[in-house]
Amino acid sequence: MHAYTEKIREAARRLLAEKKVDGVIGFRRGTLPLMNEPVFVRHADQVDQLVWDGNCGVNLANYLTKRKDRVAVVAKGCDSRNIVVHIQENQIARDQLYILGIPCKGMLNRRAILKALDGREPLQVEETEADVTVSGDGFEQVFPRKDVLQDNCKICIHRNPVIYDELLGDPVEEQKDVDRYEDVRRIEAMTVEERWTYFEELIAPCIRCYACRNACPQCYCPTCFVDESRPQWVGKSLDPTDTRTFHFLRAYHMAGRCTDCGACERACPMDIKVRQFTKKLEKDVKELFGYEVGVMLEERPPLDTYRPDDPQDFIR
Amino acid sequence: MLKIFVTKDNLPNLVGRLMDGATVLGPVKEGEAHRFRPLKKAADLDLSYQNSRLSPKDLVHPHSDAMFAFSLKKDDPEAGILKELPRSADKRLVLGIRPCDAKAFRLVDVNFLTDTYRDPWWEARREATVLVGLGCSRPCRSCFCTAVGTGPFDETALDVLMTELEDGYLLKAVTEKGEALLRDAPQAEAATDERMQKAEGIAEEAARKISKPFVTEPIKDKPQTELFSAEFWEEVQFACINCGTCTYLCPTCWCFDIQDEVHGEEGVRLRLWDSCMFPLFTLHGSGHNPRNQKLQRVRQRFMHKFKYYVDKYGDGPACVGCGRCVQYCPVNIDIRRVVAMMSASCVCPT
Ligand code: SF4
Ligand code: SF4
Ligand code: SF4
Repeated sequence: MHAYTEKIREAARRLLAEKKVDGVIGFRRGTLPLMNEPVFVRHADQVDQLVWDGNCGVNLANYLTKRKDRVAVVAKGCDSRNIVVHIQENQIARDQLYILGIPCKGMLNRRAILKALDGREPLQVEETEADVTVSGDGFEQVFPRKDVLQDNCKICIHRNPVIYDELLGDPVEEQKDVDRYEDVRRIEAMTVEERWTYFEELIAPCIRCYACRNACPQCYCPTCFVDESRPQWVGKSLDPTDTRTFHFLRAYHMAGRCTDCGACERACPMDIKVRQFTKKLEKDVKELFGYEVGVMLEERPPLDTYRPDDPQDFIR
Repeated sequence: MLKIFVTKDNLPNLVGRLMDGATVLGPVKEGEAHRFRPLKKAADLDLSYQNSRLSPKDLVHPHSDAMFAFSLKKDDPEAGILKELPRSADKRLVLGIRPCDAKAFRLVDVNFLTDTYRDPWWEARREATVLVGLGCSRPCRSCFCTAVGTGPFDETALDVLMTELEDGYLLKAVTEKGEALLRDAPQAEAATDERMQKAEGIAEEAARKISKPFVTEPIKDKPQTELFSAEFWEEVQFACINCGTCTYLCPTCWCFDIQDEVHGEEGVRLRLWDSCMFPLFTLHGSGHNPRNQKLQRVRQRFMHKFKYYVDKYGDGPACVGCGRCVQYCPVNIDIRRVVAMMSASCVCPT
């Protein structure tokens, strides 16, 4: 995994020297254990800032929206799928991008590790293929890597970038026999009342900061409906109806566009599992349209196209 | 001022007594995080917490606060006239607040309670609130309170300071209000010299553990324009996604927005948390926004806390080093690093 660091630096140095790109979007070492910071490297002398490890969960497609320049971007499987959606939705052109693909084995879930540490502060983290060793004042704890991956990474079936100009490592094995919708089915099986309560409890801690929205590469409307004030579309307070409206509308706006990259959940300061909304829509889009988001650049997204072989017959 | 000692076993009785006289709010565990909530019973209080995820600022400055009500009924002679809603001023006591968060109330007072204007909403709740603080004996590595003029046992913004000892709590009154609280505490024991010494030792040890990632003095001396135009903002802002988490969690971020909400023929005028990270922030009626770029928003947050506030009020900085923004920024924009750059005006990105 750390071998990627050298490969990213080498590619960045070369692309900048050949003036193929104006800059390279990647990660630099964070100031906290289990955190890295997205960075834009413009000059050869900054290239050594670039790093790669299990703390690169931020979706870098978010930094591509409406760019005017030509950039290289380091892309995991999920980032690459969001890049595809960005190209399909004309947020950036393919020829503005030089995609450095990273076959990925999942990113670490910092919150889950902090939870497991139960108040003990992590000061050092060592990663290997199999394990993550976290140590601090008077303790050391080893976690099997697969146990502390982000929830979306645990069920990811597109770990290899779907689009790239250069692949920085051998493709990794895709996860087989993954049940992506176990939780969605559990919710589907609930009675209406149970389901209502489930979602009410899910969003009860929401403070309407919209970090989930901003973390999402696909949320790029010039003015989000929650920000409209003349007139308002939705109230601004913590009134449950308004908070609900925000979540429902955000989710529906993601139908056929969400790649389940987990950026929203990763950003929420209140630990709200907002993917519970979007995953249901992902499942529906898959079942109804046989479509997986951001996998094929040439394919039109399901909600802006019609196919004669649509599995439902109401429209024929 | 009065000092008493209460054993851990007897603390619930003390809390119970306090609950008889006022609403008591304290850190309560909800999910993985703690939040200040009105205690229903003494056992809800969890003083083993590090700090609350959301700062307790919402106790005085709630996320949304209805200030006025109005009617839009056609036949109502008072239609469209704003009527002030009663301001809640119920006595309450915040138990276990960290000294940094209490200090944050002081810093916000400086802005809301000036010689020329006193914000009645802030003032009413602030005056009704007694702060019983809990010294911070196990500070986090991302805290930097001592670099911004406060400290883990800073009592200056508290009415009572509590120090956790092995077998109980030492409670020290700091103000008259605090003294009144402790005077008839049930099962109080003497704060012996030995206990006081122990408490002092704990406080010193805690202060020693806190890092000082920057010095703020040089920022005072620099012209605003120089800092404003510094090249490093370009680099600082890149990763920011304007999510507002830093400002929503921050105990000293006070900016608010005012909006009307109408339901049928009734309406309320609300004040709501705002954030320099949001697109509506400083959006003019004309449609122009002087801060419509990410760089301008990000710069505003740091400049406001560490330069404008300091220049305007001769106080501050408007940060207490609680480390919430450091811990919860999803893209790791670290205020310690940024302020170090402001302080050095380092133009070379590290
Ligand atoms: S990030 Fe979390 S708290 Fe903020 S609006 Fe989204 S769900 Fe609510
Ligand atoms: S700026 Fe950050 S560290 Fe300072 S008081 Fe606010 S949240 Fe705490
Ligand atoms: S929390 Fe971080 S990303 Fe979000 S607005 Fe603040 S600095 Fe920007």
